Amino acid sequence: MSEEASSSAGGEFEREPVPREALLGFKSFVGMYAGEHCAGTELMIGPLFVAAGVSAFDVIVGLIVGNLLAVLSWMFLCAPIATRARLTLYYQLEKICGRNLVTLYNLANGVMFCFLAGAMITVSATAVGVWIEFPMPHLNDYYPNSVGWVLAVLGVGAIISIVAAYGYNMVARVANVAAPWMVLVFLAFGVVALGQFIAATDSQIRSPADLWHLATTHIWKGGEPLPGQVKFTLWHVMFFAWFCNMAMHVGMSDLTVFRFARKSWYGVATSAGMYVGHFMAWICAAMLFAYELHETHPDAYTADLLIEHGAGYDPSDRDALLASPMTAELIRQGMEIENRLVDEGKLDESDKRITTPTPLPGPLAYNACGIAGLLCVIIAGWTTANPTIYRAGLAFQAIMPNRSRFAVTLATGGLATVAGLFPAIAMKLLGFVALYGMVLMPMGAVVFIDFYFMRHIGLQNNYADKSGTSFNWAAGLTWFATLGACVALVLSGIEINGVKPFQIYFVSLPGWFVAAALYIVLSFLLQRKHLPNATPEPH
Amino acid sequence: MLVRRMLQTVSWAALAGTILPSCLFLTSHVGLDRMKTAMLAATIVWFAATPLWMHRKADQAQGT
Repeated sequence: MSEEASSSAGGEFEREPVPREALLGFKSFVGMYAGEHCAGTELMIGPLFVAAGVSAFDVIVGLIVGNLLAVLSWMFLCAPIATRARLTLYYQLEKICGRNLVTLYNLANGVMFCFLAGAMITVSATAVGVWIEFPMPHLNDYYPNSVGWVLAVLGVGAIISIVAAYGYNMVARVANVAAPWMVLVFLAFGVVALGQFIAATDSQIRSPADLWHLATTHIWKGGEPLPGQVKFTLWHVMFFAWFCNMAMHVGMSDLTVFRFARKSWYGVATSAGMYVGHFMAWICAAMLFAYELHETHPDAYTADLLIEHGAGYDPSDRDALLASPMTAELIRQGMEIENRLVDEGKLDESDKRITTPTPLPGPLAYNACGIAGLLCVIIAGWTTANPTIYRAGLAFQAIMPNRSRFAVTLATGGLATVAGLFPAIAMKLLGFVALYGMVLMPMGAVVFIDFYFMRHIGLQNNYADKSGTSFNWAAGLTWFATLGACVALVLSGIEINGVKPFQIYFVSLPGWFVAAALYIVLSFLLQRKHLPNATPEPH
Repeated sequence: MLVRRMLQTVSWAALAGTILPSCLFLTSHVGLDRMKTAMLAATIVWFAATPLWMHRKADQAQGT
């Protein structure tokens, strides 16, 4: 298809700047971001913060600052380029990187979208477990643990995939209708959990100070994380909130969205998504799991194990132990004793009974808000998995243009469903989301440097477009080498004064600067033969 | 136009009905079960009334 035909057929200005008459007002962006960031995965992320042992101060302040940084990234990195170039990310990347490198980018993007959709299918499938009893996955499970779980995911995944392939527009309409209601159900989760906490702890809330006391002593107590989880501090929460949509702002995916904005300050509209979805929804979902933990008590087996095997408890503590909320420390101590007994041959591996409490959105939502809560889980997972599968399908279709969109979307949905079978993606969602941003971040740095700096340092911007190459090695090597450096830093486990500064949650920040520097150096090496012919153009 | 206004009013009332029961539960004015029932009723009303007006304008615009 020719460029002209492509743009006019799609009507989406995929290969030309968005014209003035197609620009959209500020409200369009507020609505879009507020709806898009109240997704099924928020019901996993909030509880995973609790599992990671965050304190109240760390979660509240970390989310306020981290979300602000995310909004600023949209406002000052992504939106200014979008409103000046008015091109999709894919077309802009094609001009810089060449068609073959963009194909590789599409593949990476599509695979990441599939895994993300898989996590959303996992979330929706937990709702099935409320109606039909089957063993649900646990927090530290990597593989499906029961036939019932496999059938639930396959059923949910099949429905979502078929609908995505057949009726994307219908789902988009359901998503629009559901969005305001969904936001309020998320809020209701938090209000109900707060009411339950007040009743369970016999607290009197007469002032904000009383509320803060409840939050710090019962909801987000801090301390050690649940076994198998990474301890989250203020820095973790802040960087997670900043980078969880890194692919969109720093990674420049949302060039495609903001090319329709009249002004670059419309980037502030993303605050609707951040502070509704990534603040209120995460906090409310976290409170649901915190309450479940509060209401889970050690059973007689656990109490006896702790008392009889030197965990520092006296038999007179038994009643108090049975009545106390289950904590990460108690679970860890119990698991350590069981492991020791297995090593000593006094307990069979299969007789180990202590498990880590698992945040399962379906049951959590049902216990708090009944069928309305359960519908929220299903609709939140469904309406957000659908566009994700659709986008992944579009990314794959760009690689296989001769295949029909229906077939590609269906196959993509199948891939997402297979991913959804593995609970590890949803249970390790904090790490996966950070990885997702890291994988696509280097190309955002390439776009940024190419747009603002290449002309000023005497190098050719949009090099692939100007030179006719289908693979800009400077951009390609920047991508691969940055990813290699980031992965090496994460795996190195470097510790400075007891702090690991290169965890997956943080590494994308130095990674961006590595990518920016590499792209300049490699472009200089690639273009030096042709430098006299460079044709700097005003944007 | 009048029907549209009426439907919108019903939708806003349903939205209020989605969040108000949880606030009443927080202040111990209703029990958990009654709150869940009220939320479900509001949910049904929201999904019954809202599609009737939310996309009507867009559909008419597309049709012309």
